[in-house]
Amino acid sequence: MTGRISSFQSLGTVDGPGVRCVVFLQGCPLHCACCHNPETRDPRGGTETDTDELANRILRFRSYFGKTGGVTVSGGEPLMQAEFVTDLFRKMKTAGIHTALDTSGCLWNPAAEELLKYTDLVLLDYKYADPDSYLKNTGEKMETAERFLDELDKRHLPTWLRRVIIPGQTDSESSVLQLKAVADAHPCVEKVELLPFRKLCISKYDNMNMDFPLRDVPEPDEDLMCRLRGLL
Amino acid sequence: MQFEQWKGFNDGVWKTGIDVRDFIDKNYTPYTGDGSFLCGPTERTRHALARLEELKKAEQDKGGVLAVDTTTVSSLCNYKPGYLDGENDLIVGLQTDEPLKRGVNPFGGIRMARSACEAYGYQLSDKIEEYFTYRTTHNDGVFRVYTDEMKAARHCALLTGLPDAYGRGRIIGDYRRIALYGVDVLIAEKKKDKQKAGDNFMSVDNIRLLEELYQQINFLGKLKEMAAMYGYDISRPAANAREAIQWTYFGYLAANKEQNGAAMSFGRTSTFFDIYIERDLQAGTLTEEGAQELLDDLVLKLRCARHLRTPEYNELFGGDPMWITESVGGMNQNHRTLVTRSSFRILNTLYNLGPAPEPNLTVLWSYALPEGFKRFCAKISADTDSIQYENDDLMRPRYGDDYAIACCVSAMKVGKQMQFFGARTNLAKLLLLSINGGVDNVFGTHIGPQKEPLQGDLLNYDDVIARFREYLTWLCHLYVNTMNCIHYMHDKYAYEKTQMALHDTDVERLMAFGVAGLSVITDSLSAIKYAKVHPVRDENGIITDFITEGDFPKYGNDDNRVDEIAVNLLTMVHNELKKTPAYRGAQHTLSALTITSNVMYGKKTGATPDGRKKGEPFAPGANPMHNREVNGALASLNSVSKLPYSSASDGISNTFSIVPDALGHTEEERISNLVSILDGYFLNDAHHLNVNVMNRETLLKAYEHPEDYPNLTIRVSGYAVNFVKLSREQQREVIMRTFHTAV
Repeated sequence: MTGRISSFQSLGTVDGPGVRCVVFLQGCPLHCACCHNPETRDPRGGTETDTDELANRILRFRSYFGKTGGVTVSGGEPLMQAEFVTDLFRKMKTAGIHTALDTSGCLWNPAAEELLKYTDLVLLDYKYADPDSYLKNTGEKMETAERFLDELDKRHLPTWLRRVIIPGQTDSESSVLQLKAVADAHPCVEKVELLPFRKLCISKYDNMNMDFPLRDVPEPDEDLMCRLRGLL
Repeated sequence: MQFEQWKGFNDGVWKTGIDVRDFIDKNYTPYTGDGSFLCGPTERTRHALARLEELKKAEQDKGGVLAVDTTTVSSLCNYKPGYLDGENDLIVGLQTDEPLKRGVNPFGGIRMARSACEAYGYQLSDKIEEYFTYRTTHNDGVFRVYTDEMKAARHCALLTGLPDAYGRGRIIGDYRRIALYGVDVLIAEKKKDKQKAGDNFMSVDNIRLLEELYQQINFLGKLKEMAAMYGYDISRPAANAREAIQWTYFGYLAANKEQNGAAMSFGRTSTFFDIYIERDLQAGTLTEEGAQELLDDLVLKLRCARHLRTPEYNELFGGDPMWITESVGGMNQNHRTLVTRSSFRILNTLYNLGPAPEPNLTVLWSYALPEGFKRFCAKISADTDSIQYENDDLMRPRYGDDYAIACCVSAMKVGKQMQFFGARTNLAKLLLLSINGGVDNVFGTHIGPQKEPLQGDLLNYDDVIARFREYLTWLCHLYVNTMNCIHYMHDKYAYEKTQMALHDTDVERLMAFGVAGLSVITDSLSAIKYAKVHPVRDENGIITDFITEGDFPKYGNDDNRVDEIAVNLLTMVHNELKKTPAYRGAQHTLSALTITSNVMYGKKTGATPDGRKKGEPFAPGANPMHNREVNGALASLNSVSKLPYSSASDGISNTFSIVPDALGHTEEERISNLVSILDGYFLNDAHHLNVNVMNRETLLKAYEHPEDYPNLTIRVSGYAVNFVKLSREQQREVIMRTFHTAV
C-alpha cells in the first residue's frame, strides 16, 4: 500500500519515548498559526512511498530502539492517511516495534478507529484550552479533539498530552491548568508535555514564500517553561 | 616465582611466567553498580591541579611551548628529578626537570628537532648539533634509501604524514609488568630469551634480534636507575596500590623520555590497578578518597606529558596531541565484565580535574556492559565530550580480552603485538591522478604509470574504475615498500628499547596503513555512476574540475547504492596492500582515520566530482561529508557501520556531533538515548565513535573569544583536543561539520 510522506528522520528523541524513527506524513486539514511544518500541509505534496519499503527502512534502525524506542508517525496529520499508517503499524507490530501516533485528533472515523488497534502510544497535540481559540487558531473545532481523547480513554490507550507554549496565546497558567484538568479526567493520559514554541521554521516559510503569522512572537524563555511545568 | 608483595593474590600461570592477563583474570573484582561511591578531589589534588592550570596558562601565553631544554638529549636518566607540586606529588616523575618543559629528541631526525626549537624561539645547542653530525638518525637512514618515486609520492602528498622524520609511536609497552613482577624478573626473562636466540642460525633477523635484546636489557637497567633517582627501588614488585601505579607510570615515563613517538599510549591499566586498590581497601590501608586521589594524581602527571614538535607537524595533527590512550571497560572471554570500580575512578578524573584531551580515555563498549557503567559513560560524554567509544564485541574475538588502543583506534594485544605505524594515502587524490594518467593536478608532479588522461565529455564509470584499480595496484606496492624502508630504519636508528623490553620477545607485528578521503572518493564515484560528470580540462588537457549534472546517492544516508562503493574500496585497498610483503613479516592492517589532517589533505587535493571544490577540507576519518546527510543521524551511523572491520582492522573512525536538544528533553532522557544509540551502532558491528554533545554556537563563541574557553574539549577524529589549540582553519572545519539537530 502507498501513501505520501514528507520526510523521514532516522533519529528522533523528542516525539515519544526512547530513540525513534519519525515519519512525517504529507497533508493536514488544520491551519495552525504556530505550524512548524508548513511544507507538510498540502496533501498532494511529498513523495509517494510504499509501506513495505518504509517498514524495511525503519527496521534497519531497530538495533538503536532498545527497550523503549520505536517508530513515531507524525506529519502533517497522520489521520488523513489512516489506512496507510494502519498498514505500516501492522507491519511494525508484527516485527515487535513500538508504534506512536503524533496527531491533533482532528478526525474520527472507522479508519482512525482501526488504526488505534495497532498503536501503542498516542501523542495528542491538544492545542488550545478553549473552543474559541482552538477554532480561531487551527480552523477546526475543538470538540473533535475532545471526542478523540474520549475514544483513547475508552480503549485505555496510553496517551501523552502535548501543548506548544506560545507567548500571548497558550502561556497562561489557566491554559496549563486546563490541560492538567483534562489529563486528570482521562486515566489513559500518562504524561503531559509542554513544548516551547520555536521559530526554527521561519526559513521554511521564507523558502515557500509563505507568511509566518507568529514571526514577531518571541520564543518562551526557560524560566517561563519551568514555571509552567511546575504547575503540572 | 614467589614474592612477599604478592600476598593475598590468587594463584595462576602468571606466577610461572610473564602473564598479566592471567593475573587480572584470577584476581579482579567486577563491578556492576553505578558511580555513586565516587569521591571528589582532595585539597591536595586541587592544589596540584591549580599548579598545572597556572603552568598551562603560561604555556598558552608563550605560544604553546613553556620551555625547552636545548642542551640535553632526552633519555631516561639525563634530567634531574622533576615535580609538579613538590612534595605534594603522590605519583612522581616528569619528562624533564621541570613541569611542561620539553626535551629534545633528535633520534627521529635532527632537522625536525632543530626546526621545532627554532619555531618557538630556541636554538638547539652546539653540543647536540655536533654530536648528531657523527650520528645517523632515523630520518637520515630513510632518505638514504628512498627512491625518487617515494620522494615524489611524498612531495605531492599522495602519501602523507609518514613517520620518516619523527618517532613512529603507536607502540604500547606493557607497563603493568613492572608493577607486577619488578624489573629484575623482566631482565632475567629477557636474558633467557637472549641466550636461547644465541643458539639459532645467525641470520640477519637473528642478529638483529640479539642486538635488540641487548638494548632492551640495557634500558631495563636504566629504568631502574631512573626510578632510583626519584627514590624508588623498582627492581622488585609493587607492594601496594600507590606503588603499582607508580611503577607502571615509571615505565610509561621512561618510554616518553626515550621516544618522541607520534602516539604514546598508556594501555589498559585501570582494572589492573583495581586489584591492588581492592587489596589495600580491604586491608584498611587505603580509603576510597585515597584511591581516587592516586588516580587523579596519575592523570595529572599524564596531563604534564609534552613533546617538542614542529608547526608543520601540528598542521597535520592539531592540538599538540600525545594520544596517551587508556582503554577502559570491555568484557572478558568468559562473558564477565572487566569493569571495576577503578574504571569509574579513572573516568571520574574528568570531573575531579575537569575535561581535558589527555589521557585519551577510550571506553571499550559491549552490549553486555553493566547498565550502570553505560549510563555513567553517557553522562560523561554529555558533560565533557572527552571520551570515545570502541566496539569491544568486534575487537575481542580478534585481539582477546587484554588488548588496548594505541593512538585513536588501533587495537593491539598488550605486550604481545606491536605496530609499524604507516600514516595514510589520499584516495581522492589517487582518483584524480589516475584519470589524469599519472599527473598530479595540484603539484604538476608526474608519478605512476604515464598514460593519456581519460578522454571524452563524460566520465564513464567502468573506465574510471578500471583506471583507478590500475593506479591503486601501483600505489599499494609503492606504499608498502615505502613503509618497509621507514620501519627498517626506525628499528635500526631509533629502536624503542624501553617499550619493546615490555613486550614478549616473540612479538607479533602489525603494519598499519591508512586511507584518507574515503567519503570524497565514494561520493565522487557515486556521482560518476549515477549522475553525469563532465570533466573540465586545462590547456594541457589535464582534468582540473568537473561539472556534475543531476543528483546522486551520497554516503551517509544508509543508501546501499553508494555505501557499497565505500565498502568495496576498503576491501580493494586492503587486498592490494597484502600483495607486497611487509617488513619483518608484519600483518597488513588498514584504517580509515585522518586525525585532523583532513584539512591539510583537502588543501592539497584538486576539485572532485562530488562537488567538493579544490582545497576544501575532507571529512575526517570515515565520516560522511558535511551536510550531505538528509535522513538524520542514525542513517549516517548506519552507513559508517557497513564499513568492514575485517578489511580495516586498524580502525574506522567516526565523529558524531549532536546538539543536546536532539538527544532528549531531560538529562535522564539524554543519557538513556545516548546509551541506546551506542548500543545500536555497535550492535551493527561499527568500530568507533567520538561523541560530542554541544551546540554549534558554543564553538562559534570559542572561535571568536578563545580566551573565554581555555578548557573547551571536543572530540575530533579519534582523539580529544582543546578547541582553542587547533589552528584557525581546523577550527573552522570543525564548526562546518554536521551537527545533528532535533527535528
